[in-house]
Amino acid sequence: MIDRRFRRRAAGWGAKALLWLCAAAVSVLLLAMMGYVCFRGLPGLSWQLLTEEESVLRGTAGILPGIVNTLLVIVLSLAAVLPLGVGAAVYLTEYAKSRALVRAVEFAAGVLSGIPSILYAMLGALLLCGRLGLRRTLLAGALTLAVMNLPAVLCAAQESLRAAPSSFREGALGLGAGKWFMIRTVVLPASLDGIVTGCILAVGRVVGETAVLMYTAGLSTAMQDFSSLRSALRASGATLSTVLYVYARERADFAAAFSVATVLLFITAVINLAASVMGRRSRRG
Amino acid sequence: MAEQIVLSARDLDFFYGTVQALRHISLDIPVRQATALIGPSGCGKSTFLRCLNRMNDLIPGARAEGSLTFHGEEVYARRRDVTELRRRVGMVFQKPNLFPMSIYDNVAYGPRLHGVKSRAALDGTVERALRAAAIWEEVENRLRRPALSLSGGQQQRLCIARALAVEPEVLLLDEATSALDPISTARIEALLTELKRRYTLVLVTHNMQQAARISDRTAFFLNGELVEQGATVQVFSMPRDRRTEAYLTGRFG
Repeated sequence: MIDRRFRRRAAGWGAKALLWLCAAAVSVLLLAMMGYVCFRGLPGLSWQLLTEEESVLRGTAGILPGIVNTLLVIVLSLAAVLPLGVGAAVYLTEYAKSRALVRAVEFAAGVLSGIPSILYAMLGALLLCGRLGLRRTLLAGALTLAVMNLPAVLCAAQESLRAAPSSFREGALGLGAGKWFMIRTVVLPASLDGIVTGCILAVGRVVGETAVLMYTAGLSTAMQDFSSLRSALRASGATLSTVLYVYARERADFAAAFSVATVLLFITAVINLAASVMGRRSRRG
Repeated sequence: MAEQIVLSARDLDFFYGTVQALRHISLDIPVRQATALIGPSGCGKSTFLRCLNRMNDLIPGARAEGSLTFHGEEVYARRRDVTELRRRVGMVFQKPNLFPMSIYDNVAYGPRLHGVKSRAALDGTVERALRAAAIWEEVENRLRRPALSLSGGQQQRLCIARALAVEPEVLLLDEATSALDPISTARIEALLTELKRRYTLVLVTHNMQQAARISDRTAFFLNGELVEQGATVQVFSMPRDRRTEAYLTGRFG
């Protein structure tokens, strides 16, 4: 009797110790990685690096073009994926009468979200850059990424739309609201949380993506001509992650590569913070 | 009958898919009176209530047969403007279902929906509705606070205010006090007694005392049929049908 109780207690301690170890290993690993990147990257960080382009003559690195390109690609691909993904999700969850259609789209989205990004890179290069004549441009890269992120944004939006309480819908309809008014004023605001989360994930993938952008947006680390909309749409260049690849792989300049990595880390942290702040705000109602 | 009839059902049948939820219901709802719909769970009283402003439309496969008229016009006519019907026949639900917005925005939701834009007009409507729902004093200093910060009883009175803000003629209440404590229930009952002077009320309730206290007329439903209807006093003191008597004396339900 006592023996069994003791054994049960010992198993409890054992499990707790093991779980503690897992948690400790994970936190050490994550912190060590971040710490190492900062340790190697921070010394090379300078105002010049952040605000200038690379200079071959002076032999200095500069990642302003990379930062600008990254922001541009984020904005462009979000501008494409958000209306498409959320619009489709609203139709599928609120309007679609055919269960078969909904299921077919969900199945396709599930499959597409599991495909490696290099496949999107190939399709983007062949169809967008080639067939549609966009060539290797930031626009083509952003659109390819939008397609790549479509399944995830669609799923996140669908899930959060479904989670909007039916009591809200009844309340709105009971006051004489039409369907679209109800969706716009009650259902969408209630599901904003999940949609924002989906977008943050999409932005994260855009920031981290290299394969797609190497094939569709190019590898140039020089400042592009953004003086007019026309030239901006034709600009071709590398985002920060691709810049990191260029420095680490093609120039073997690891000091610069780690500095770029630190900047990437910082940007990701800011995005995550923004996401949690926005999530909290929309939950408060 | 000398009194004016607002809603009138004649041989109304209602189906959820192949399941028949209502059979040959014929019932008149007179103006500016409270009509209570009573009966055991699953008897069809809520279904009937939700027919009156077509809230059943949301359920796939639901359909009505027979006649149900609002001021003489068919509620289930194909060309019926359902949003207009629901503006004139408002509804309060079992659980308070305020939107996650401020108290003011909840009450202003209906008027805005129906095109009121001017700030002054909205302010006036919101105050009138909150006063009519006897909650103005409790919230006048915190109209900008989230509506969900109120207590359950306050939330339900705010739901009533929200429904009144679109100036309906009829107010449907689907067990509107069943989720509330006795004190909140008493306040809402007092409010309803007040409201029936100006509005036509139809309430579904499981609380027999509540039906007896508030309503002028009572209809007893059982298994999708309307067993008995009449003046509340008569139904409660001298029920004509044995089943009504059995239900009222607590032998089932």
